[in-house]
Amino acid sequence: MTQASTLGVVMLCHAALDRAAQLARHWAMHGCPVVIHVDARTPHAQFEGLRSALKDLPDIRFTPRLPCEWGTFGLVQATLDAATRMLADFTQVSHVLLASGSCLPIKPVRALQAHLSAEPGIDFIESVTTADVGWTIGGLNEERFTLRFPFSWKRQRRFFDGYVALQRKLGFRRSLPKGLVPHLGSQWWCLTRRTLEGILNLPDRGRIDRYFKRVWIPDESYFQSLVRQVSTSIESRSLTLSKFDYQGRPYIFYDDHLHLLRQADAFIARKAWHQADVLYQTFLTRDGDRAHATEPSPGKINRLFAKAVERRVKGRPGLYMQSRFPVRARGAALAAAPYGVFSGFAPLFTDFQPWLGRALDARVHGHLFAFDRVQFAGGETVYKGGLSDSPTLRDYNPRSFLANLIWNTRGETQCFQFGPEDEQDIAPTIASDPNASIFLISGAFAVPLWQSGRSAQEVRAEAARLQKVESDFIYMLKGVETKARIRIWSLAEFIENPAEPLEQLVDLLNPRAAHRVTELPQLLDLRGFGSFLQDLRNQGMAPVLMGDFPSDVELAQPNPPFARPRIVR
Amino acid sequence: MGLTALLRLRTRRQYLLARAVRRRRQLTPVADRTDSLPAQPILLFSTVRNERVRLPYFLAYYRRLGIDHFLIVDNGSDDGTREFLAEQPDVSVWSTTAGYKQSRFGMDWMMHLLRRHGHGRWCLTVDVDEFLVYPFCETRPLRALTDWLDSAEAPSFAAMILDMYPKGAMHEQPYREGQNPFEIAQYFDSGNYVISRNPLYRNLWIQGGPRARLFFTDRPQRAPAMNKVPLVKWDRVYAYVSSTHMLLPPRLNLVYDDQGGEKPSGVLLHAKFLDTFAAKAAEELARGEHYAQSVEYRAYREGIARERDLWCNWSEKYINWRQLEVLGLMSKGNWA
Repeated sequence: MTQASTLGVVMLCHAALDRAAQLARHWAMHGCPVVIHVDARTPHAQFEGLRSALKDLPDIRFTPRLPCEWGTFGLVQATLDAATRMLADFTQVSHVLLASGSCLPIKPVRALQAHLSAEPGIDFIESVTTADVGWTIGGLNEERFTLRFPFSWKRQRRFFDGYVALQRKLGFRRSLPKGLVPHLGSQWWCLTRRTLEGILNLPDRGRIDRYFKRVWIPDESYFQSLVRQVSTSIESRSLTLSKFDYQGRPYIFYDDHLHLLRQADAFIARKAWHQADVLYQTFLTRDGDRAHATEPSPGKINRLFAKAVERRVKGRPGLYMQSRFPVRARGAALAAAPYGVFSGFAPLFTDFQPWLGRALDARVHGHLFAFDRVQFAGGETVYKGGLSDSPTLRDYNPRSFLANLIWNTRGETQCFQFGPEDEQDIAPTIASDPNASIFLISGAFAVPLWQSGRSAQEVRAEAARLQKVESDFIYMLKGVETKARIRIWSLAEFIENPAEPLEQLVDLLNPRAAHRVTELPQLLDLRGFGSFLQDLRNQGMAPVLMGDFPSDVELAQPNPPFARPRIVR
Repeated sequence: MGLTALLRLRTRRQYLLARAVRRRRQLTPVADRTDSLPAQPILLFSTVRNERVRLPYFLAYYRRLGIDHFLIVDNGSDDGTREFLAEQPDVSVWSTTAGYKQSRFGMDWMMHLLRRHGHGRWCLTVDVDEFLVYPFCETRPLRALTDWLDSAEAPSFAAMILDMYPKGAMHEQPYREGQNPFEIAQYFDSGNYVISRNPLYRNLWIQGGPRARLFFTDRPQRAPAMNKVPLVKWDRVYAYVSSTHMLLPPRLNLVYDDQGGEKPSGVLLHAKFLDTFAAKAAEELARGEHYAQSVEYRAYREGIARERDLWCNWSEKYINWRQLEVLGLMSKGNWA
């Protein structure tokens, strides 16, 4: 004969007793006797309110009130008292569910009863050996059982931490009661009468209780360990959905979680916010929530809370805002996405910027850090997010400016020109940014000077200044702080074979390019530049960053080398 | 932080508290209904001057979020503001004609009321043109947030100012009493805020938005601060240092994570740039009672004449808090 299981509910309450009353009534109306324990620290008037609210229901009992501070044995003692009372007063009860005053049944009670009746001998309790748990907070797993915890974690944190440290230092270890194998798990369980009686009647329970009084958070280990001694069929999972954040606090369910809770595979959810009226109204109706049962999809809830933890611990890379401001020492990468910095390319080609935009499928800006104005792509005066082209605003906080630009344009690779003629304050920032790729043709700054048509004598001082700035930048890029990806060519090296460096940078910045680049930008005719450099030398300056730039005679040699280069495949 | 710095901050805090105590005499109760507060109320504190037109929507907005009681100082209004407030059942009003500037722009009065009525309670201190938006504010009342902050043992909650503005000149779309101001001022700057950290007070200093973009291009350091910590579980030893931008003791300013994570935060939508603004700017200039010798207002007046319009091609149109969170202006943190 299959006898329908009768469920009894032990409820531990401490606040929002109006909701506790509502929950107790719901259980009782569906034939489940309820034994309630109210924390001794709850005001007496509230307790009396709860009593009178439930006085019309015959199958409700109250146990003497004990103080239940978080992490102490009081919670276990209260549970033991209530369970004893339950088994004694209600002989028909075959299973006992431990719930809190904010544990909301999210499936009809008869579904839970049916579930228990289907496999009547099973104990549903999460019970994991200390070696295997990965979720405890504060790094205390096994030590919960081997150290003593006389101080309150919440109120006497310093003493708590100090005493733990002291015991570790002294190598103190408590011996465990014989036969006890420490297990941990969710404190919300559902045990059979036989198992619960087995635990309550353990021969040396007095000693066991004394031992657990000095264990930390015994409500997560007392029943979870002892059940292993008396039960033969444990299903190590809780029927109660209970999620904890990264600091060990339970997540709270609100009205807007209704849809998710309907898709949960658990029977009970902990914990529902006490003013979540929609949740309580929906689930606490006769026969429970009668919405069309959706296919369980517990992954959704898991993902929601996993994402919340990730957001709190890691955050969105590259975002600087009022509640996320990583400091450099913590290894915070600066920018939200990879970006390219190009130095010395634009002056060598007639059409470098449009070409780069096509080749990389990227947004190519001019000199963002030019002295006179921010050269946004397309010459815009205001750019995405409301960034202004005012150089004063930019230079007020160049790091924020760049971080904002890269954040605002997520999903689109950004490139900009940068050279010795620009404001240099940003240089250390991009050099140490792992998301930056810096491509530099050293000495190319002299090309615009040559093109300006001014004599070497006139531009000599300017050339020397630019060379100094650029060599400082290169020196920095070669330093140990640098995390950016760097490619440096001298001007001479570059013009010898421009195709290869260009190919390299396209591969680096756009590795998933749909089609290979076959067309290259139009290189400037540099005949005459060699003698310009010689003129500079004659004026007493030493142009070194260009490398061994060929003389005009050599450049004139094997046919015109500055025709549009093509890559042959 | 060195001992001298700690002592300096302590002295500063005690000075601010003493000012608040001294200036309590400037406040005359008009309607004091604080005896009938419910248990654990969420309170709102504000100073107003001639805001009769804006108040109905302001009160309705915050009532909907779950403010239990409003504690308001009326600084010499002559447009019926005081009488209107005194009629409201959930508002207590004090009045004063003393100088706004001499009272640290109303903060001395606010702090006296906070000390007197806010101790151990969640207190929101905002101006009448600031509208709090926080994660899930469409589905969860303010009480859900403060309960969560209590459980996370967080005593304060950040909400930066976000300047909202209309498309077109401000006078083109006049504001009607009771109207949602963001039907007019629908736009904001989404990504031009610069941040630096104040090592002494440990707060973040945020500047930017349309005001910095248009009025402070040549002197960005004078651009107004946008960082605010308006929601605090108050204690009578706390002090607001400069408006609600920062607090003492400094741990209350640690509303951000400095190791890469995100703490929950909100936004104060700022309904300043409406047709009411021009008149306000003129009045404030005449009174000279605003921050830094009204430099802001002067800049606006010059700027408005020059620019006409705060709107630009990249202005973002406001939709809801989720949009602000995606843009990275606020965060859900680990509140899910």
